[in-house]
Amino acid sequence: MGNAEERRQDILIIGGGPAGLAAALSAREAGAERVLILERDRELGGILNQCIHNGFGLHTFREELTGPEYAARFTERVLRENIPFLTDTIVVGVERMENGRKLVTAMNRERGMFEIEAEAVILAMGCRERPRGALNIPGFRPVGIYSAGTAQRYVNIQGRMPGREVVVLGSGDIGLIMARRMTLEGAKVKAVAELMPYSGGLRRNIVQCLEDFGIPLKLSHTVVHISGRERVSGVTLARVDENRRPIAGTEEYISCDTLLLSCGLVPENELSRSLGVTINPVTSGPFVNESLETNIPGVFACGNVLHVHDLVDYVSEEAAAAGKHAAAYVRARERKENAVGGADASAGIRLRAGRGIRYTVPCALRLSHLEESQLIRFRVDDVYREVSLCVYFNDTRVESRKKRVMAPGEMEQIRLKKEQMESFHDLHTITLCIETEKDGGKEADASWMKEN
Amino acid sequence: MDLQEYDVLIIGAGVSGSAIARELARRERRIAVLERESDVCEGTSKANSGIVHAGYDAQPGSLKARLNVQGNRMMKALSEELDFPFRQNGSLVVGFGEESLEKLRELYERGRKNGVERLRILDSDEARRLEPALSRDVYAALYAPAGGIVCPFGMNIAMAENAAENGVVFYLHTEVKNITRTEEGYLVTAGDRLFRAPVVVNAAGVYADVIHNMVSERKLKIMPRRGEYCLMDKEAGAMLKHTVFQLPTEKGKGILVTPTVHGNLLAGPNAEDIADKEGTETTSAGISQVLGTAAKSMEEFPRSQVITSFAGLRAVEESGDFVIGEAEDAPGFFDVAGIASPGLTSAPAIGVYVAGLIQERFPAPEKEHFKAVRKGIPNMAQAGGEERRRLIASDPAYANVVCRCELVTEGEILSAIHRPLGATTLDGIKRRTRAGMGRCQAGFCSPKVVEILARELHTDMGDITKSGGKSVVLTGCNKERD
Repeated sequence: MGNAEERRQDILIIGGGPAGLAAALSAREAGAERVLILERDRELGGILNQCIHNGFGLHTFREELTGPEYAARFTERVLRENIPFLTDTIVVGVERMENGRKLVTAMNRERGMFEIEAEAVILAMGCRERPRGALNIPGFRPVGIYSAGTAQRYVNIQGRMPGREVVVLGSGDIGLIMARRMTLEGAKVKAVAELMPYSGGLRRNIVQCLEDFGIPLKLSHTVVHISGRERVSGVTLARVDENRRPIAGTEEYISCDTLLLSCGLVPENELSRSLGVTINPVTSGPFVNESLETNIPGVFACGNVLHVHDLVDYVSEEAAAAGKHAAAYVRARERKENAVGGADASAGIRLRAGRGIRYTVPCALRLSHLEESQLIRFRVDDVYREVSLCVYFNDTRVESRKKRVMAPGEMEQIRLKKEQMESFHDLHTITLCIETEKDGGKEADASWMKEN
Repeated sequence: MDLQEYDVLIIGAGVSGSAIARELARRERRIAVLERESDVCEGTSKANSGIVHAGYDAQPGSLKARLNVQGNRMMKALSEELDFPFRQNGSLVVGFGEESLEKLRELYERGRKNGVERLRILDSDEARRLEPALSRDVYAALYAPAGGIVCPFGMNIAMAENAAENGVVFYLHTEVKNITRTEEGYLVTAGDRLFRAPVVVNAAGVYADVIHNMVSERKLKIMPRRGEYCLMDKEAGAMLKHTVFQLPTEKGKGILVTPTVHGNLLAGPNAEDIADKEGTETTSAGISQVLGTAAKSMEEFPRSQVITSFAGLRAVEESGDFVIGEAEDAPGFFDVAGIASPGLTSAPAIGVYVAGLIQERFPAPEKEHFKAVRKGIPNMAQAGGEERRRLIASDPAYANVVCRCELVTEGEILSAIHRPLGATTLDGIKRRTRAGMGRCQAGFCSPKVVEILARELHTDMGDITKSGGKSVVLTGCNKERD
């Protein structure tokens, strides 16, 4: 940065996608003056810029927007609020300084390498797609194997087709959306294969992207071979057993020139790790407390870098909370108050993912920092029908809500009241779990509860 | 068809062909390299362990033993001269159970006979002190400080580039179809061209038998031996310092685990003899075998960190040794065949050896201005702050990151395109700069690299390929129908 004033920021936001934008706006609204967004791509908006389908913003704006439209709602406000941002700028390092501030090293064409000191940092780097190699699909390595998001960029940004006859492996939302997009752009999508017995995508996407176009969804199937030396010429699908192993004799060859992969998203936490942020192996995102603050005081996380979301509306909401908490942290530091916290589970009430729950965000609550109620987001680990979502305070069940159906593809949330937590004697652990009718609360001994 | 006349024609731009080209270029000769693929380093040279073997494996007295030890000794100086990544990290052969000790001693003895220096047998505790990540089941180990790791592409490309800088002409997309011996030398039909030279060097990898058998009645047979590998994320790369072998089997040095020069962890290869010279596909059984066997070497093996798997073909000749020399019934035709492991390690020595054989029979005067030093593509990811600032000052494109996983900038990609034997494909960019080799496996950067390639090569994005031939990345524009 050019001068000393620019070099010092209250809040530095890494990533100018939906999370970074919402965090910046709410931080400014909460009174933070010097807020700067660093974005690695050409423009603000992140992955939304290539999501040209509609369905965004139903919760936030009560209307159906496309991805770029949804992003524009936020970038326009960022411009109006005069919140500075740098695009085509990559952060290459983040360190903690002795005084508790963070030193961020970044670079871009105009400024070369430069450093920024910030009181607080908000991690909003998003996620990446799991590549073929991580799936260990055997076969040749021809051209024609793309992650769904890469194909989306070719088609929606560059106007180019990565192939004509397509099989999609994985039924994550991007895969479903791309099955429809490729069809609309003139390709033939022959099948979507899903390893699990259920789809990882939103129900509405299965209906609108596959069923409406007559594209078969093959559950409990995987790709066991890729044919073609220069270009993909076909893939072999096979049914899998309950241990997800291919069943011999169920192989089916489908000729195609393209295999799209939509097999999960991984939060991009390489920078976070280098800073010393503790990562939850279940989400691949940081452990955070009620303020979405990581184990490093003054470092916050939100959006897909924290845990992978299905709906951008929830990203915006979560990021707004992170922005507000970061602003509060900065204020407290200015007043020389001890704002030091961090997601140290021993420092407050622990949140545990019990039976049927994969994870919770946050994973620790400090009563002193809670607002009237606290939102807990989580995912279940399987498809559940006619079950109860239960909340335990220590060993006591305090809540049980009937749920008709819960699926891993849909993020769930529950709100806990501060008052209720305060009035419970010696509350140290809150557990979320799934119970069926016959369980009847007898698991109160909590012996089966999984560690978070 | 115009006849192109040369003094030496080298068939194959893999690591052997490129090493020989560079050594021959030290003298006044017109040299051409004929390569059927779109780039150098496209066959066996691109898919191997990247290991610089110490030299205890080969039978004493064999060509493999001699050239391995010699190549190992040349590697450090060569890596500095040609600016490619090499690290002498040392290697361990681990044995499980008491009975392994005898086999380790045999290896030790063989190594001593081959001239490998500083070999030591370590007991379990010593081995684990040296390499804490080793499995507790390791009973003893052979330690070879001379073992190292190298970037196989970096080395191959560096030698080819330097040869080109010294006047060697590389013909890519030029597959040799026929060779005939005439009074005036060998007539070689390749691609859509006709070449003639008194000297032909056959460095055609798994096809060296096909090429050899075009001119010789004493037939060679090369058997492709497939080896599959799994590459793990850089997060796992720091788990190991040394290259860890298990005791060799009949078919090879066994499955190893090693850090790579770029900081990843690599496991492999298995060994399977196949008939198909293009059979570089991975198999589910092979990957399981690699991961299962490699896991035995380490106390905690990071199986979940695999980012990609691949397979390569070792060019194994029936005799088991390198077949290097002038064919008995084809004067001027030099074979460099059967260059299976330790071929990569031996390559620098093979270059010197073959150039010597040719010089003996077809002498040429020394070149006055041979340029031995080559400067590689800058590496922003590994550069220090000052070096980064200097590069950015020289061209702001060095501040524009294209591949975020490996921190590869546009500046590096431009350098890869605009140097001798520059990259023209996605794979060419990947092997020269590592763009696309990281944890997202080109998901984010490939659309950008396609754009840059099209812009710099003055062509359309629709013409850009992954690795030449029919491997076009994009099949057309939206809404087009066939």
